Amino acid sequence: MEYLTYDGSFEGFLTVVFECYSRKISPIDIGKEKAFQEKIFAQKEFIATSSEKAERVWKGMQNKLHTRNKELPLFAFLSEAPGIEIMLYRFIRRIFNTSFSIETDFGDPDVLELKKLEKKVMREAMRVPQFVRFQKTSDGIFFSGIEPQYDVLPFAIKHFTNRFADQQWLVYDLKRNYGIYYDLKKTHEVVLSEKSFNTTNGKVAENLLQEGEKIYQALWKDYFDHICIDERKNLKLQRQHMPQRFWKFLPEKNYSN
Amino acid sequence: MNSSVQEKLKILADAAKYDVSCASSGNNRRNPGSGLGSAVACGICHSFTNDGRCISLLKILMSNHCIYDCAYCVNRRSNDRPRASFTVDELVDLTINFYRRNYIEGLFLSSGVIKNPDFTMERMMLVAKKLRQEQRYYGYIHMKAIPGASPELIHQAGLYADRLSVNIEIPTDPELKRLAPEKNFKSVLTPMNQIHEGILTYKEERAKFRKAPVFTPAGQSTQLIVGATPESDRQILLLSSNLYHEQQLKRVYYSGYLPVNDYDKRLPAIQSPPLVRENRLYQSDWLMRFYEFNAEEILDPAHPFLDLDVDPKLAYAIRNYHLFPIDVNRASYEMILRIPGVGVQSAKMIVDARRFRRLNSYHLKKIGVVMKRAKYFITCNELPSKAYTWEPERLKTQIVSESISKYKKAGDTQLELFPLVLQPKKEEQKAIMVWQH
Repeated sequence: MEYLTYDGSFEGFLTVVFECYSRKISPIDIGKEKAFQEKIFAQKEFIATSSEKAERVWKGMQNKLHTRNKELPLFAFLSEAPGIEIMLYRFIRRIFNTSFSIETDFGDPDVLELKKLEKKVMREAMRVPQFVRFQKTSDGIFFSGIEPQYDVLPFAIKHFTNRFADQQWLVYDLKRNYGIYYDLKKTHEVVLSEKSFNTTNGKVAENLLQEGEKIYQALWKDYFDHICIDERKNLKLQRQHMPQRFWKFLPEKNYSN
Repeated sequence: MNSSVQEKLKILADAAKYDVSCASSGNNRRNPGSGLGSAVACGICHSFTNDGRCISLLKILMSNHCIYDCAYCVNRRSNDRPRASFTVDELVDLTINFYRRNYIEGLFLSSGVIKNPDFTMERMMLVAKKLRQEQRYYGYIHMKAIPGASPELIHQAGLYADRLSVNIEIPTDPELKRLAPEKNFKSVLTPMNQIHEGILTYKEERAKFRKAPVFTPAGQSTQLIVGATPESDRQILLLSSNLYHEQQLKRVYYSGYLPVNDYDKRLPAIQSPPLVRENRLYQSDWLMRFYEFNAEEILDPAHPFLDLDVDPKLAYAIRNYHLFPIDVNRASYEMILRIPGVGVQSAKMIVDARRFRRLNSYHLKKIGVVMKRAKYFITCNELPSKAYTWEPERLKTQIVSESISKYKKAGDTQLELFPLVLQPKKEEQKAIMVWQH
């Protein structure tokens, strides 16, 4: 009756999987140390994160998984759904135990649920390149604040570095308080201690914006209003594609003079 | 400069909004590391307007001056509207600055015909050329090929653009001539054929030389107006099926006719665009592109119009009820695709999952099959055989009564002052508004 806890990181979780194999433990549940609640009869044990052990589990999984599912465990883990750890643990055990691939066994509730969670997180990851709106600051950096539901900022790095290779940019996750900064050569993860932008909607203070920034925002807002066909108005469809929680970051939705 | 650009942007966005196409997909161009932009094969939508349509590209007219007088077009010569034209530099500046702020995925440039087709095409081509060569821009460009422009200009445009398109607008030649006296089918199909051949040559060369110049890598598309002329859905679908096969078009768009020039007696007097019909046409289009249907199967000569009550796949299944029920555990992928309530995703999942265990209705539901419709058309492991002896007509009424059409419940934005009687005319509507205030 082991109840295992870890520090909440994906590496930590993989270490737990490693320990289960090496010490032949079959846990009844796995949870974050912070979210631990005392359970009767269960023995709690905290597993310290070790990147080497995690690396071994990750590599082992990579050998087993089909190309299109290489990232599935990570995406599903990021969904932070209740019970995700034990579900993933069962899935990982199953892929190691069978000689054939079981990743398309959608009759199995674990596989189907993990696949659905993966899709959910991937969709959120896609929304970062969709709804990031850069503001050009007076020192030439293109800044954007955003608040994705899951921790998916890192998945957008490749896209943004390739697309905006000739401009300095900074995308900041306001909820998790870290950002990605590109200095024309490579990207860095940054944590800003002193913030010169609004921490709820990511708007940069007006005196720090480059001259002309407001004009382009206004032009964009005008374009947005005039490209719409009023006879076909369908606000429900709009909200479906562009969730309201992103609207505060979009100049076309909340432009102010 | 800015106030004039702002005014022009408003006028020319207004004039461009009736073009439906907004795809930024079909090409995967990487930025070599020093320029701006890239193209993503799946396309990215950056915003959604109040009508729920996506904004992926900066869809804009170069100019809304036009020498033609097409009855269905808002920019026709005889309309008294504010007119404006962008200069090449203004357009380049707008595109680059919107792009840098991640507002857009690229540029969609169209134009009214100024002076003559060549003059217009050349200026449009110049915008693309400047973006590519001076600004080192690697993002998406979609350009309209102007019918009647010289082949050299269209070819050059194809070298810079990702996608070219020529709009057919009216699905049959006589009707096109009636509504647009200056145009005919030949003038539209000539550039379309040229682009098609250009793409074929490019593909051949590409197979031999890796660095052969790229020519419209994302293919071409077109648009048809639905409801302005008396064509049947069957005619429209046969035309688009032909376009997909012969011209290898990537997309055919359907645009429900909006009464923009309601004074013109050649056009039908309607109050609102035929949205349901447009939706059914898109569904049929999807059946042709992703569900391995051909146009003849969707509509036969006895049924020239699509059923507005049920979607075309359900209509097909009811007409061909002898093909069902289908055993999901044995049938081929193509047949599973034909079950109403099963989409491409769930069909693939069914085929993958049934290798491990026999699937039952619970599994199907979890996978995402719409059992409300599918249950009449399948057998699976232990599903109780739910009377497969329906008469087609009764089955249709049954399914329609069980599922409420999404157009009937999309109530949050559609005004339903007079849900059952005919919508009042515009003037009357105004009178009602005034009266309510």
